[in-house]
Amino acid sequence: MSHADSQNAISIRNLRKTYANGHVALKGIDLDVKENDFFALLGPNGAGKSTIIGIISTLVNASDGTIKIFGKDAASHVYEAKQSLGVVPQEINFSQFEKVADIVMTQAGYYGLKGSLARERTEKYLKKLDLWDKRDNRSRMLSGGMKRRLMIARALVHEPRLLILDEPTAGVDIELRRSMWEFLQEINRNGTTIILTTHYLEEAESLCRNIAIIDHGQIVENTSMRALLGKLAMQTLVFDTVNEVSTAPQFNDPEVRCQWLDSHSFEVSMSTDRDINALFAAFNEQNVLIKSMRNKTNRLEELFLSRLKGQQTAS
Amino acid sequence: MFANHKYIAFETILVKEVRRFTRIWLQTLVPPAITIGLYYLIFGNLIGRRIGEMGGYPYIDFIVPGLIMMAVIQNAYANVSSSFFSNKFQRCVEEILVSPVPNYIILLGFVAGGMVRGLLVGVIVTLMSFVFTSLSIEHVWLTILVVLLTAMVFSLAGFINALFANTFDDISIIPTFVLTPLIYLGGVFYSIELLPAVGQWVSAMNPVLYMVNTFRYGILGSSDVNIYWALFMLVLFSAVLFAVALILLRRGTGLRH
Repeated sequence: MSHADSQNAISIRNLRKTYANGHVALKGIDLDVKENDFFALLGPNGAGKSTIIGIISTLVNASDGTIKIFGKDAASHVYEAKQSLGVVPQEINFSQFEKVADIVMTQAGYYGLKGSLARERTEKYLKKLDLWDKRDNRSRMLSGGMKRRLMIARALVHEPRLLILDEPTAGVDIELRRSMWEFLQEINRNGTTIILTTHYLEEAESLCRNIAIIDHGQIVENTSMRALLGKLAMQTLVFDTVNEVSTAPQFNDPEVRCQWLDSHSFEVSMSTDRDINALFAAFNEQNVLIKSMRNKTNRLEELFLSRLKGQQTAS
Repeated sequence: MFANHKYIAFETILVKEVRRFTRIWLQTLVPPAITIGLYYLIFGNLIGRRIGEMGGYPYIDFIVPGLIMMAVIQNAYANVSSSFFSNKFQRCVEEILVSPVPNYIILLGFVAGGMVRGLLVGVIVTLMSFVFTSLSIEHVWLTILVVLLTAMVFSLAGFINALFANTFDDISIIPTFVLTPLIYLGGVFYSIELLPAVGQWVSAMNPVLYMVNTFRYGILGSSDVNIYWALFMLVLFSAVLFAVALILLRRGTGLRH
């Protein structure tokens, strides 16, 4: 076991998967996720994200390649690897006829937790995920958001060092999504490494420190979130005004484009390396009083699309 | 995985299985009791009186062991095949597959669940038989051993069926087209001495014949087959099916892509 491996929660080398129908899902993935990281795995539908998670969690057989979890080969140290791992899948995969508490207790039993400890952990995580009041309800009676939280509670009951979440907030309302983010950030602060796949790019931008983008079974970007966002060339800012404006303010700089939206707002598109103070100087000269300002574009989304577009052009 | 962890995992699967079939007792425990009760009443009591003796015993006494065994076989099989396939269908089998539970513990847990249901139904229909006749058990330990081995064999068979099944139809095809004929032609209702030589030779290849007759020997003290040979066959079937189920689990047949 190398020193680098021991610092990684997961190390994937040359991971390949060809399904029985001939579909090549993974074309040799190399990926390292550091211990305690909050890592985003992004990609369009069918890119191979769920296949990677399936192979890590042993639900899918790899065609080739190796996976090490906290430095231990997952194929030869199955018990240690699985004991370190908690998985929240994309699809609901608990019995619809079982009670909420029984689902979590049963999972604790699969990990060899004794009755008293299993009960203690079940209570702890159901309370943390606001499901304790529903503990005696049949799981099919839960709302979509509650079902997702139940899967998180179930994945945490054996307190894994690595938690993998496959689109955990899909179909969850904004308020609930925010509370799930806070919970995930809390367990990450307490030492759990988290790998997250999501379609909500805002989610990845808000939560994750490092990111990999996968497309057509290959990693096309693997860097820190800060470095990735730093590659973004353009931004669009929306300004709300105190006074009424009938046209958009004028700028001498041809690379700054301004567009009037309504009597109290307009937007400015400009390079990210431009000085915003110059904008405010121009507004003052034209007697435009700014009330508030916000970034219009989802920066990561823009970048994500440009990366995928670049990849398609190259191929 | 440590031994005590394995035991907790086994116990978890077994408790979940027992909780499942007792929760739906109207579907799992009552129907076999009604069906076998009707067999006792119609074939054993009403028609049986006109048949007279079979194999040297009143007809009702002759068919009671076979009917008990039929209930055990059908319920042990159905419990594991339907439960494990439901787990696959709802994808909750993934809960176990991602956990560190070894394959043989998964297999033992589900098989034990099937055996418990088979034995419970067996006890229910045995108690019901006392309404129609008064049987005493000639060889208690042999009777218990045979019923345990039979429940195990058919629980294992149900597990293998569920591994291969892709639809709910797939778990009803084998019971309908294979299990039912084997049971009905396995000496539940008649002694194979009634059959011509060819019929006896064909019947000798039916594993259910050995189970029913060994069980009947345990209760009545008489059998159409050699008891030691029958016990050997039961142990052999159990071992082969256990090995096959384990190999399939290790390969991920029907579970992993």
